[in-house]
Amino acid sequence: MTPERIPPRRAGLARIRALVRKELRQLLRDPKTRGIIFVSPILQLILFGYAVNTDVRRVPTWVVDHDRTLESRLLLDAFTASDYFRVVGTHDDPSTLRSALDGGRARVGIWIPAGFAADAKGGRSPAIQVLLDGTNSNTATVAQGYAQRIVNEVATGWAEAGMAGRAGGGTSGGVELRARAWFNPSLLSQVYNVPAVCGVIVLLMALLLTAMGVVREREMGTLDQLLVSPLSAAELMVGKTVPVAAIALVQLVIVTAVALLWFDIPLRGAPAVLLLASLLFILAGLSVGLFISTVSQTQQEAFLSMFLFLLPAIILSGFLYPVETMPELFRTLTLANPLRHYVEVVRAVFLKGAGITDLPVQFSFLGVMAAGGVAVASHRFRRMVG
Amino acid sequence: MSGTRLLAMARKEWIQLRRDPRSMILAFVLPLLLLVFFGYAITWDVENLALAVVDEDATALTRELTATLEATGDFRITEWPAHRDAADRLLVTGAVRGVVVIPPGFTADLQGGRPAALQMLLDGSDANTATIALNTADALVGRFARNVLLQGRILELPVRVEPRIWYNPELESRDMIVPGLVAVIMSIIAAMLTALTIAREWERGTMEQLASTPVSRVEVLLGKLLPYLLIGLFDVAMTVAAGRLLFGTPLNGSVLELALLTFFFLTGALGLGVFISAAVKSQVLATQIAMVATYLPAVLLSGFLFEIASMPPALQGVTFLIPARYYITVTRGIFLKGVGLEVLWPQALFMAVFALVALGLALRAFRKELPS
Repeated sequence: MTPERIPPRRAGLARIRALVRKELRQLLRDPKTRGIIFVSPILQLILFGYAVNTDVRRVPTWVVDHDRTLESRLLLDAFTASDYFRVVGTHDDPSTLRSALDGGRARVGIWIPAGFAADAKGGRSPAIQVLLDGTNSNTATVAQGYAQRIVNEVATGWAEAGMAGRAGGGTSGGVELRARAWFNPSLLSQVYNVPAVCGVIVLLMALLLTAMGVVREREMGTLDQLLVSPLSAAELMVGKTVPVAAIALVQLVIVTAVALLWFDIPLRGAPAVLLLASLLFILAGLSVGLFISTVSQTQQEAFLSMFLFLLPAIILSGFLYPVETMPELFRTLTLANPLRHYVEVVRAVFLKGAGITDLPVQFSFLGVMAAGGVAVASHRFRRMVG
Repeated sequence: MSGTRLLAMARKEWIQLRRDPRSMILAFVLPLLLLVFFGYAITWDVENLALAVVDEDATALTRELTATLEATGDFRITEWPAHRDAADRLLVTGAVRGVVVIPPGFTADLQGGRPAALQMLLDGSDANTATIALNTADALVGRFARNVLLQGRILELPVRVEPRIWYNPELESRDMIVPGLVAVIMSIIAAMLTALTIAREWERGTMEQLASTPVSRVEVLLGKLLPYLLIGLFDVAMTVAAGRLLFGTPLNGSVLELALLTFFFLTGALGLGVFISAAVKSQVLATQIAMVATYLPAVLLSGFLFEIASMPPALQGVTFLIPARYYITVTRGIFLKGVGLEVLWPQALFMAVFALVALGLALRAFRKELPS
């Protein structure tokens, strides 16, 4: 009959094409699944994009001003004018500082002692107290730095105006530090985080669709039907993963568009570089998904395994916390994490306009992981099917 | 309601749970794993940042300046490129986080009493690290300049800042993480429950069997909650103990109040989980909804890692509906601030109300399946 006359390889291709068509139809038929595939990445990106924010702005501040002079007001004005601090309350009683910080109404307390202006003019160099709520160590660190800089600036101004006694006029700020931040001049954490979120979302979707797709067929018994069909194990694997890879790429385009249009994140590098890295990354992600599908009997198990993989993968990716400050052991562990390399590529391509030659380490790791992942997963998959 | 039936129900649930290795991992290994990851691997403390210095002046004074930059351990000068262009390249590849350019004539300007300019280029892509680095560099350079000008005299600006950091004087990221982590772990336990409990009975058809037994609706609900409640409380105790032993996280407040408020929070989260599970009747869907409804908000919108005050107003409004937000205020308050119910009563009140509402909803969703 006809199948015999078609060369085996073309027949294989035809079988794969048929399977891909079936998979795509199955994935896109259900409106609920369509929603998960196309709408939820956008919602996730918007939620993460706004929530994952390490900027320290408008910190609620409690003020106790016992001096009540022009100078103390000028100093406080400098705090509020910076937009880093926002006064939520003032009081005469210093014990209110304790209750404001205890109750969490304020994160910072500023206490200007009586005689502050007189001491400053008399060259006795009075101290203002800045109390910081250290429960969020990052906010406290940054707020402390801002407070120090604001007071130093004001003090330098006063010193130059000849107010201070011992320091003498014009001497305090002999060096002017002209700082310029590249790639993200207004230092918004969103610019750094949104591209990384795109990577996390794509990984999540690739894992979810592959692992769940195979396991669901097994649960429903339709995997056996596929196995008795003329499809070989390799064809089955390719037919199962190609649609997911295609969907993951479409999702990538969608989230990238949202990042560019909604969040105004600049894409300074070549989209082709991003695409290549994404392909390698999606391959690595698919392999993990396939691997999970071979060790899970039910969708429930697959979901939990996925969660157990994703959690460390996200923590050890540098997405939320810089890899550099991790201890040696964990830094080494991150090298085995495809998400780490992908996040680095995405950030560098988006913000720095980096090319492949700027990121040799990341691309080699991604390439090795994609190839190795596919080899291991297909070996396991073949054993499971066979 | 009978105690025996309730306990039998709880025992059945526990046996089922024990047979599933993945659930056991989630319940007992994951909390420790998270604690180790977050406690050891994660820190926002900025130190040892790689810098490149382009010293176009190259005098004894500029060498002193670079030594000052390295003195505190915040910066580490790894590259000494001869030209700015080479330095730019180092920033693009990410080899360094910042470049300091000392222009020719720097020393002459400084000693001649003219303002000497020092350029600093920062890799701003990681805004948080860049901000901290900039503040640190500013302070170091200021100190250096004043020392040079005053030639060893005691330095006095007309005003000084006396920073005092309360609750976490060393600004340890760990002390911030461990109390917050308790809330995250609780949320995972709650999400797990949803996946494994009522939806499973429904999927496997055992719900009808349960309905045919004399067990009442309330007994089923409470019997299902009980094992997870105990696991949750056990996990909190384990996290507190491990945090103390491994990282020396302080527990300044009352253990009793922590247990009470944890009970409120956990009951609410579990009730919500059961409600979802009973409402959608599919394990996979229930797990996914529960993850989105409990776990993600606990990580993202609770103030665990990200300041609520920095979010857009609309999102800040949403956080008021998230129990984890109140619970994290409670854990940080009890662990670090050492405050109790006298300060935390609004949070306690909200969590109690939330728990009652969640239990009520769960019971209602149940009614359809089981005769009371």
